[in-house]
Amino acid sequence: MIDYTLPEFLVDRDLNRCIQCGVCVRQCANEVHAFAPNDPKKMIVDERKCVNCQRCVTLCPTHALSIRKHPNQMRESANWQPQLIKEIFKQADTGAVLLSGMGTPQPYPVYWDKMLLNASQVTNPSIDPLREPMETRTFLGRKPERFSPDVKNPTVMPPQLELKTPIMFSAMSFGSISLNAQKSLAMAAQELGTAFNCGEGGLHQDLQPYAKNCVVQVASGRFGVYKDYLMNCAAVEIKIGQGAKPGIGGHLPGEKVNEEVSRTRRIPQGTDSISPAPHHDIYSIEDLRQLIYAIKEATNYTKPVFVKIAAVHNAAAIASGTARAGADAIVIDGFRGGTGAAPTRVRDNVGIPVELALAVIDQRLRDEGIRQQVSLIATGSIRCSTDVVKAIALGADAVYIASAALISLGCHLCRNCYTGKCNWGIATQREDLTRRLNPEHSYHRAGNLINAWTHEITEIMGGMGINAVDSLRSNRKALRGIGLNDSELRVLGISAAGE
Amino acid sequence: MIKESLKEGNVRIPSGCAICGIIDRTGRRFNGNDIIESIAVMHDRSNGLGGGFAAYGIYPEYKDFYALHVFYDSNESKKTAESFLNDHFYIETSGRIPTEKTPTIRQQPKIWRYFVKPNRYKLQESELTGEEYVAQCVLKVNSKFDGAYVFSCGKNMGVFKGVGYPEDIGRFYRLEEYKAYLWTAHGRFPTNTPGWWGGAHPFALLDRTIVHNGEISSYDANRRYVEMYGYACKLQTDTEVITYLFDLLNRRHGLDLETAAQILTAPHWEDVDRMPAQQAERIRTLRQIYSGALITGPFSIILGFNGGMVALNDRLKLRALIAAEAGDRVYVASEECAIRKLCPQPDKVWACEGGQPVIVYADYEKAHHEE
Repeated sequence: MIDYTLPEFLVDRDLNRCIQCGVCVRQCANEVHAFAPNDPKKMIVDERKCVNCQRCVTLCPTHALSIRKHPNQMRESANWQPQLIKEIFKQADTGAVLLSGMGTPQPYPVYWDKMLLNASQVTNPSIDPLREPMETRTFLGRKPERFSPDVKNPTVMPPQLELKTPIMFSAMSFGSISLNAQKSLAMAAQELGTAFNCGEGGLHQDLQPYAKNCVVQVASGRFGVYKDYLMNCAAVEIKIGQGAKPGIGGHLPGEKVNEEVSRTRRIPQGTDSISPAPHHDIYSIEDLRQLIYAIKEATNYTKPVFVKIAAVHNAAAIASGTARAGADAIVIDGFRGGTGAAPTRVRDNVGIPVELALAVIDQRLRDEGIRQQVSLIATGSIRCSTDVVKAIALGADAVYIASAALISLGCHLCRNCYTGKCNWGIATQREDLTRRLNPEHSYHRAGNLINAWTHEITEIMGGMGINAVDSLRSNRKALRGIGLNDSELRVLGISAAGE
Repeated sequence: MIKESLKEGNVRIPSGCAICGIIDRTGRRFNGNDIIESIAVMHDRSNGLGGGFAAYGIYPEYKDFYALHVFYDSNESKKTAESFLNDHFYIETSGRIPTEKTPTIRQQPKIWRYFVKPNRYKLQESELTGEEYVAQCVLKVNSKFDGAYVFSCGKNMGVFKGVGYPEDIGRFYRLEEYKAYLWTAHGRFPTNTPGWWGGAHPFALLDRTIVHNGEISSYDANRRYVEMYGYACKLQTDTEVITYLFDLLNRRHGLDLETAAQILTAPHWEDVDRMPAQQAERIRTLRQIYSGALITGPFSIILGFNGGMVALNDRLKLRALIAAEAGDRVYVASEECAIRKLCPQPDKVWACEGGQPVIVYADYEKAHHEE
């Protein structure tokens, strides 16, 4: 049968540089490179298999390789873009739902890039972060409305998750990423005084020493949930939805449920691991309340309970209900967020950007006078320190990052996580590949990233005359919109640049 | 004529300023000459676009009545606002606030004063405390009645303010004829030119008045926090939001002034981590609950209330604030010269430390009894 799909990339090999060492052959799990069968001096390439992960380019000792967009062009049409045609070929071949990895590459507006930050000039001084204390300490959890001055009847503080910096590593399960990748983030989180999230894959026994820095997930499949999992963690997160695939569940095929995964997820080896689209015990907001309180009861009210929702059209009302149902923090996951695998059509078309959802949720909770009851965590494509600053100024208490964290470990965003052939040892369980990521080394990279961002955040805060993240939170006058229409400005609750 | 869009409330106007305060701890009262002389020394810290004073203990004969000081733009606005006041209050007496023609003071509104008690029937119907009832009525006049603005509404105290240099405003209001045990003053340097009388400082809510120098960088975080508790920041000024924060913490949440200061100018975490465990835990709890009330950026303020004052500097000490003691009197001012002018050799002079409130009480009840 003819394969109608055309190669996306062209692999260029500079023959003057190539020394036929074979690194590219050994490094490519997609088997793009090979020695010619009868001539060990000749290299051949099957670029149809190339995903442009840049592994061979990076490791080639003589820099002989480069990968570029394939110059071959189909007949142009503004309506029938080549990607659509390719997808039809694929579906005609397989009869299957299209799958994708990582966040949507579609050119939707990125509102972070349409907001500008303020700085102090003359009327108030900027604060020099090299001289003055700059505070990024953050507490996630429900806050009482008021402090009780009565010593006989003192304030009872609900459980809080204390972070040295308002950046955490978002949920990625053992299964979707390798144990080495998870361990790198766990070690970094512990050293940084922040938290990582183990996703719905249980907490592997090797990561038990990092449990105090782990937000453990309770999702629709309930995988890996047991007493110690709940009792030893930093916080418990009920996952209702994910930005990349709102309303959709997950499926880890039985053949991937090996001994390690089976032990960690607490399911028999070789069985399909299916996370249903909804929690089958949560069909309404009052059911969510029961699960929240079941977890609180089980943990003796010692752990903050987060609820993670995908940013969808009526996010504000959902968040209000979630706060009233007893959540201690709400995680809002925007539609540009990453994923190990999602149906392409859902990823690229369902949900709304996190910036808009965050802005309306913070405003709604304030209008209802319940913002104090719940912390807000923004996630779904936080790409750099200014995204963090802008998220906090819109109303977030903290952010979660996932794609950025994986990029710090070497991910090159080739978006083929679901194939299990990640050449960087991240989104794979193949031992020859996971060995490529050494947590003892790579955790420094994740740590450096957060330290660098935190440093930048304090610089920017200092420039605004602010020396505590508390005073940045929901400080929307720190933001001005550029190139936004009136409705977008109204939804974001900010003024236009120059106003 | 000022463009409407540049008035306070329609735009956010940062401003620099001079502030000072004098209190007699025994509650003995003295006239306004001293405070005028003190603020006049700092003339260059204002630009003629706003000056004002707050005086405590000035109406002993009406001490059980709320003293409303009101600006009216026209007879028409006075008429409509007065019908509201008549409906909601019992008015013991009223009249123009005496002023003196001063060449540098121009375009003054009509300035009236009323000594009132809440209408008993309406108060009962509202199920509010007297204070809350007055506060809500005042807020209503200021937001709903065009051309009428209540700028002072406490008992046995009053605010006197307007557009001009503070020393001229003081003479204009004939403050030498009033006797108070606590005076605060404000000279304004707005970075804009609205010059609306209502926009001058002090800002007052019931007997709490604030004079403030600085521009807080946490403004919008603070505004969005207090607005959750029903306050409406109409003027978009720092002074307004700080007044509301004090009102929330001190009056509504029942926290003492030291605790309020520990919230507004919370100690830095690096210091908290070195505190004894119990103290650190208390500060941590306050910070977690009231993180929206933390004020950052430069400011110095003097909060006046019936019975005392608090002077507070931002936690990094980005604005000047000097205090001095001499006998029964305590002075605070933006500049030391404003104190030395009145009192060349105080017993003690010190720069207020960032985030460390100077709280002074006056025994005015006793002093009044002796008078």
